[in-house]
Amino acid sequence: MPPRAIAAAAFRDLALDPAPAALLDRGGPAQPLLTVHGLRKHFPVRGGLFGRTTARVRAVDGVSFAVRKGETLGIVGESGCGKSTVARLMMRLLRPDAGEQIFDGEAVGEAGGIAVDAMRRQVQMVFQDSASSLNPRMPVQNTVAFGPVAFGARRDAALAAARDLLARVGLDPVLFGGRYPHELSGGQKQRVNIARALALRPRMVILDEAVSALDKSVEAQVLNLLQALKRDLGLTYVFISHDLGVVRWISDRVMVMYLGQVVEIGPAEALYAAPKHPYTRALLASRPSLDPDRRREEAPIGGDPPNPIDPPAGCRFHTRCPHAEPVCSARAPAMAGCDGPGEAELLAHRAACHLHDPSSGHSAAVAA
Amino acid sequence: MSIELPPPLVEVEDLSVNFVTRDSDVRAVDGVSFAMAAGEVLCVLGESGSGKSVTLRALMSLLPPRRSVVRGRVRIAGQDVLAMGEGALRRMRGGTVAMIFQEPMTAFDPVARVGDQIAEVVALHRGVTRRSARQRALDLFDLVRIPSAARRLDAYPHELSGGLRQRAMIALALSCDPKLLLADEPTTALDATVQIQVLILLRRLQRELGMSVIVVTHDLGVAAEVADRIAVMYAGRIVETGPVRDVLREPLHPYTAGLLASTVHDQPRGRDLSAIPGSPPDMRRLPPGCSFGPRCARRVGACEVAPPAVHTAPGRMARCVHVPPAPPGSGHASDRFGGASRPATA
Repeated sequence: MPPRAIAAAAFRDLALDPAPAALLDRGGPAQPLLTVHGLRKHFPVRGGLFGRTTARVRAVDGVSFAVRKGETLGIVGESGCGKSTVARLMMRLLRPDAGEQIFDGEAVGEAGGIAVDAMRRQVQMVFQDSASSLNPRMPVQNTVAFGPVAFGARRDAALAAARDLLARVGLDPVLFGGRYPHELSGGQKQRVNIARALALRPRMVILDEAVSALDKSVEAQVLNLLQALKRDLGLTYVFISHDLGVVRWISDRVMVMYLGQVVEIGPAEALYAAPKHPYTRALLASRPSLDPDRRREEAPIGGDPPNPIDPPAGCRFHTRCPHAEPVCSARAPAMAGCDGPGEAELLAHRAACHLHDPSSGHSAAVAA
Repeated sequence: MSIELPPPLVEVEDLSVNFVTRDSDVRAVDGVSFAMAAGEVLCVLGESGSGKSVTLRALMSLLPPRRSVVRGRVRIAGQDVLAMGEGALRRMRGGTVAMIFQEPMTAFDPVARVGDQIAEVVALHRGVTRRSARQRALDLFDLVRIPSAARRLDAYPHELSGGLRQRAMIALALSCDPKLLLADEPTTALDATVQIQVLILLRRLQRELGMSVIVVTHDLGVAAEVADRIAVMYAGRIVETGPVRDVLREPLHPYTAGLLASTVHDQPRGRDLSAIPGSPPDMRRLPPGCSFGPRCARRVGACEVAPPAVHTAPGRMARCVHVPPAPPGSGHASDRFGGASRPATA
């Protein structure tokens, strides 16, 4: 049974309008579920006497990628790299300054495309802070049913569906359905958030540091649950995290961001086994070893990530890069082999580094 | 014939901490005992609510006096900390014992220059002139490898990056040559590439200055990078202690083993992670007996009674009915590092 059919079966008895997600698939399996191109978001920094804009935080600066149907795309990077802003732009919780976003073949929020709220029914999000994303005055089953009711489902049907979903995420609805968020542990609250995200039967779920606040012994449970739900419901995930180990385990492909830009993207196994960008290499080498006999003696790179208000010119990593040459501060490297939207391009392992462009003028450059 | 061992720098005996409010009395730390030699690095590993940070604060008598009841004995460098008056505590804090926190932004005064804040501590504890206190601050910034140290002394905390702020806080903590440094999740708020720099710095400073360090962390990786010994805490008790290699390679307690197995590092993709079921207990309603019992796959009838500390080797202890004690006559039924060998109070 194809995943879509499984998803349809899973929700067959949920008396919810509209039609199951499977019927919403337009372009078939080869068409990416989501494509963003040249996404940009700058936040003004106001200051001075009259609150004028004195600077701009370049949170997301020309980000392009695609998410294929049924995959998990991991996004990693340090604080300030723009990974959470990308998530909020994908959900249109923020309005992008520039860039196009195509959801299953339709331009989002443009004439002749898909409306933003129609897209949001198909894309849901789970946030890091499990407590603040639940209404403290509402029993959790009502929270889960809230979305469908807001979209016109009948109240009793939505509640019944919510209780089914709570069971699906491992919370007995008899025991937990009527509880308030403060009566649940962090892991249980995050399960409720996952159920809430699934209540609208989305095709894509954006998980923004969704397991980062959980205790390690609970994190593994929630990760297993996420994998099972994805398998059973035919979901597509965007998994944002600073935890490289977790991202490697859950992702099919991984995108590495640094100061608002994508520096490397590729299949998880290839990217972890043979990182191309010096930043990715440093990030992977910075992980604690877990073996006391093989402790790190030298930090792979020094310094902190620079302030995204005034990012370095050229390659933004050149201030910390061990391979930096004059060309790196003079010219921003392009993402290698980024021409077509074909399947091969989507799967390719690519990095934005002069080292991988023989024509860049970098003395150590080799063909990718 | 007996060889006189130097007295341990830190001795904690049967420490318990209760938080008392009008309608509740919660035991956050329950019968914690350990000892530490000078120059040792101990990692207290545990999840949120395990009592690890409360234990650390009790060592410095930093818990709110009206809302907490601290019992037991804490001796640091031969002095009874829990019996100290305010004046003695003030001399000890920052002098013999110093502490660094997870979030350096809240540890510094936001409206004073970091150099002045460090110089103030030096002047207070050492009674030296402003000029030599400032020179000491500059030396400390060099010691913690802050680039362009002289310029950074005049910076306000918000002008420093996260990594530099954490280095500045370490400089502040080291300003009076403490014998013991307490670090509460020192790298948790830092980015990955900065975390490893600070861990390496901490280890190097500890070696160069010969001080003892207690690091509280939830992160196995941090423990593996810096610890000589590990104490694993669960629900207010130390459930396992031992040298870092032994604990990470051959964990004795099912909780430690489960924690190691469920920490995601290089497990094969496409296969479920081995997770510990359930969630950490509510400290207000602890189960009787072994607190980990309800989540434990190896639970048996004997777990209904709180398991005693079993010593399997010098410095190696676990509180689990499945752990066989050391063979009789091997002479380490109780030793200075393993904690009290009597049963924990339920």
